[in-house]
Amino acid sequence: MSVKQISVFLENKPGMLNQMTAELAKSGINMRALSLAETKDFGIARIIADDTLSAMNALKENGFIAALTPVLAFEIPNEAGGLNHLLQTLTDAEVNIEYMYSCLSLRGQSKAVMVFRVTDTEKSESALVSRGLYSLTQEEI
Amino acid sequence: MERYFQPEIERASREEIVRIQNEKLVKQIKHVWEDLPYYRKKMMDAGVTPDDIKTIDDIKKLPFLSKADLRDAYPYGMLAKPLKDCVRIQSTSGTTGKRVVAFYTQHDLDLWEECCARAIVAAGGTNEDVCQVAYGYGLFTGGAGLHGGSHKVGCLTVPTSSGNTERQIMFIMDLKATILCCTPSYAAYLAESMKEMGYGPDDIPLKAGIFGAEPWSEEMRHNIEEMLGIKAYDIYGLTEISGPGVSFECSEQRGMHINEDHFYAEIIDPDTGETLPEGSQGELVFTCLDKEAFPMIRYRTRDICVLTREKCSCGRTHVRMRKPQGRTDDMLIIRGVNVFPSQIETVLLNQGYAPNYQIIVDRVNNTDTFEVLVEMTPEMFTDNIGAIADRQAKLSAGLLSMLGIKAKVSLVAPKTITRSEGKAVRVIDKRKV
Repeated sequence: MSVKQISVFLENKPGMLNQMTAELAKSGINMRALSLAETKDFGIARIIADDTLSAMNALKENGFIAALTPVLAFEIPNEAGGLNHLLQTLTDAEVNIEYMYSCLSLRGQSKAVMVFRVTDTEKSESALVSRGLYSLTQEEI
Repeated sequence: MERYFQPEIERASREEIVRIQNEKLVKQIKHVWEDLPYYRKKMMDAGVTPDDIKTIDDIKKLPFLSKADLRDAYPYGMLAKPLKDCVRIQSTSGTTGKRVVAFYTQHDLDLWEECCARAIVAAGGTNEDVCQVAYGYGLFTGGAGLHGGSHKVGCLTVPTSSGNTERQIMFIMDLKATILCCTPSYAAYLAESMKEMGYGPDDIPLKAGIFGAEPWSEEMRHNIEEMLGIKAYDIYGLTEISGPGVSFECSEQRGMHINEDHFYAEIIDPDTGETLPEGSQGELVFTCLDKEAFPMIRYRTRDICVLTREKCSCGRTHVRMRKPQGRTDDMLIIRGVNVFPSQIETVLLNQGYAPNYQIIVDRVNNTDTFEVLVEMTPEMFTDNIGAIADRQAKLSAGLLSMLGIKAKVSLVAPKTITRSEGKAVRVIDKRKV
């Protein structure tokens, strides 16, 4: 069950990220997770929003370039070794991780959420699920 | 073995060519003096009469014509024959509001088509070939010119016109087309599409392509040649002078032979109008030596070019022109290299981008900096930073190959390139020299 992430193109200059958050705030959108990737002259903001469709519309209508990307969101225990177990599973399945970031869990402090983009989404998901890890849906994140 | 459509004239001695040019120019100037009041007035203003024109060298005495004259004279002011003698018009796209309507008598069409036939034969065409003309048909000279040329050579002509890629490929494969005529960007697109359909160079029956009507780079030529398994020939022309076939490439692929028994070429200094010696870079000027209905005399093309009379191994003796380096109206000199915004536009279009860019030139520590801003588009954007960086690098490489100097390519947010009165500002030169 992949989750829809919004990837936004941002020119690397002061105020660009703020312009984006202003549009999202105006439309009453809450970001559940956010990660930034940057190069010398541009960056990509990766967002998981509570209302993907409205967020996409708000961004596009205001001249932002945004695309939807399927990512996986897995719950891990909020304790030492939690992430390691997940990564070992992906190593065993010979899946490459392109990028990864974390966010807060809505299901209590004993849990954490890892969001990641992999070369083979389906293969990764079935490997992780078979090891007892919990895949979050768009609503659960 | 090199073949020629009209060997006597294509391989004529220098003396013979000059003799023909002398004779035709004298006759042509009498014709325009008598039948083209617009040019007669120009000659009178310059204090020149037909009696002053005895040899081709006297051409320097004659006044220039430019795009502005064509605009003033639109639609009938530059017509030098009665309408009853004219059989066709062709026209430019007029996208810049400067539509040109050119008239042709049957004689004019014949000489134009013969020039195209020379180009097809130079590309290896014979009456055994199947020649697919995928230039646009209609007002555009591309389709009409090569179509006529293909008939003159006796090829089986396949008049597909432009577009409908699937059908183009079907005809190439089913009819075993051997020669393809179209714009280089369309050839590249066809090549990509054929590759996607699984056709390699060995499956494709084409052996030659005649590509023109827009600038293209050597890199693009090699890509097309490799993917289609052909030899790709450049062809040059403009509606004002006739259309494609004003000049064309031979097997040597080093410059285009100008059909100078019909079109006399000069290189001038665009600022002073002075004729420059062979080998100099300057503005290309054409005189139609024997066209009847629309006889442009010393027409300033605004194309920046170099001419050479160096001996060509193909055996043709006609003067060669280098691929135009750009336009006089917008040339920049960066690190001593001539750069034309149109070249950058070509690279963007060749790589499938919208031509939305801005050039920023500055001077830091006595060295010119050269940056090209390109607006990010939804088509170009992906979540993968590496893929975007690859595209950026490919654009840089394309620019280097086209311009000969390195440019920094920066991707900027959409609609951030400065626009004045709705038109994008293409060049910002911050150098204080």
